[in-house]
Amino acid sequence: MLQIDVKKQLGDFALDVHIAAPLGVTAIFGRSGSGKTSVVNAVAGLMTPDAGRVAIGDMVLFDKAARLNIAVPKRKVGYVFQDARLFPHLSVRRNLHYGGSHDAARLISLLGLEDLLDRSPAGLSGGEKQRVALARALMCNPQILLMDEPLAALDAPRKAEILPYIERLRDEVQIPILYVSHDVSEVARLATTLVILDRGRVMIAGPVGDVLSQPEAVPLIGVRAAGAVIETRIAGRLLHDGLTELSFSGGRLMMPGNLGTLGQTVRLRIPAQDVILACEKPSGISALNILPVRITAIEPGRGPGVAVGLMAGHDKLLARVTRRSLQRMELTVGQEMYAIIKATAVGPEDVGI
Amino acid sequence: MTEMLGPAEWTAIRLSLQVALVATLATLPLAIWVAHLLARKRFPGLQILNGIVHLPLVLPPVVTGYVLLILFGQQGPIGQFLQSALGFSFAFRWTGAALAAGIMAFPLMVRAIRLSIEAVDPGLEAAAATLGASRWRVFTTVTLPLVFPGIIAGAVLGFAKALGEFGATITFVAAIPGQTQTIPSAIYGLLQVPGSDPAVLGLVIVSITLALGALLMSEWLTRRTSRKVAD
Repeated sequence: MLQIDVKKQLGDFALDVHIAAPLGVTAIFGRSGSGKTSVVNAVAGLMTPDAGRVAIGDMVLFDKAARLNIAVPKRKVGYVFQDARLFPHLSVRRNLHYGGSHDAARLISLLGLEDLLDRSPAGLSGGEKQRVALARALMCNPQILLMDEPLAALDAPRKAEILPYIERLRDEVQIPILYVSHDVSEVARLATTLVILDRGRVMIAGPVGDVLSQPEAVPLIGVRAAGAVIETRIAGRLLHDGLTELSFSGGRLMMPGNLGTLGQTVRLRIPAQDVILACEKPSGISALNILPVRITAIEPGRGPGVAVGLMAGHDKLLARVTRRSLQRMELTVGQEMYAIIKATAVGPEDVGI
Repeated sequence: MTEMLGPAEWTAIRLSLQVALVATLATLPLAIWVAHLLARKRFPGLQILNGIVHLPLVLPPVVTGYVLLILFGQQGPIGQFLQSALGFSFAFRWTGAALAAGIMAFPLMVRAIRLSIEAVDPGLEAAAATLGASRWRVFTTVTLPLVFPGIIAGAVLGFAKALGEFGATITFVAAIPGQTQTIPSAIYGLLQVPGSDPAVLGLVIVSITLALGALLMSEWLTRRTSRKVAD
């Protein structure tokens, strides 16, 4: 269990956060200035809270009431910063071994660093730097891995290069990860638990699938980025026309591209703005995916849009419709509908393993 | 040039080098420590410390020399204490010249080193701490290597200043040949004597050569280390 109870006054900004999450990947999501980095710094000991308690499992790192504050070097946290922070005067090899040499050979091969060892950090690309920083953090055998927007400084191809490494780490290295991000598709791919911060406070927290499919989360995540995450299984091979068939409790979906092998689990994020609602089963339309759903919640936003929570089988989906459509179709909670999902709506960055 | 310089001039040159070298090396660790304090720590009295460190830079050197005389002279409280406790004296000895030169060079060294410490990203030090490095290890393995060019620059600046120190030295320990008469006070002394132009010229050439040599050496050392950092 990861416990982060932290209060801190930073000028005009008040941080007051209570997080309790199971071990695994806990993603902290929020706009810039919402206090994400401060939370991670409190775990690392780089920021001392005014009050609160920070503990990883049985290991208490900070407890104001008990006057306990473990020094940064003794906390055994692996911290991957947004800007990598490799030591410029040391080679990649010496950077890697700076904090320790735990599991060095396996981490170097897992992160593909064999050819970089004798190089200087100055000559590395952004993606290479982050891979070195990740291995360096893990080689001191930390009890938690802290990642503060490790991909934010990278362009889309570099992100795509690193994300699979982080997924492998999540599955192979058995330590909890605290992952800060403001990118929903990253969070949807990686996280077990999602915590949404806004102006220094926790707005919503819980298992990532639950949080992302809550209509209340839509304004916090941003109307364009919001969308539910479902776990699906590959039910059909790559078809001759380039589509893969996926099954989940709510039915079957056709998605473009080769997403893996038969039977494999695929995590799919379906953006709310790409889900269309229909009262009757439509025919003669180009969309391939039509699922029977039931409305579970209707959450009006500030603008002209309304977030609609849906239940497909026992999986939750999220749709975004206009206020006008809501009135014209007389949508109510409990109503049976059809959800139409365009196969091209789900990009490769929304598909995780 | 050798014939321009008599044994008295050579003694002054040797003494100058000795005084400047000892003054620089003895104050360098303290200068690094104070520079680190001023660059990285926030504590009450920081501005006062900053002011005291820079005082010799803005005071007339004669005033600094006089303050040293009343503190470290034979009648001064610190001078008397050192004499009775350790049998050690700064008064009218080359060690006094080194003390005066060191104090005058100190602010220049602190300034140069402080600037280079401030240029080091504190994030790198924080990263080293999260990797389990103690404060001392962070300082010696991250901060110090990255500020090395600044330390060299500060040391050379201090050395050059110590080599040229005149006012505080002559006020504190006079200009005793073979004991406290450095190049500047030797030149000044010779100028009072008619017909000593060749010796003055010789000392002036030596001064220029030493200062230029120190600058070139610091340039070379800085380049070498920054190339190493960039590698």
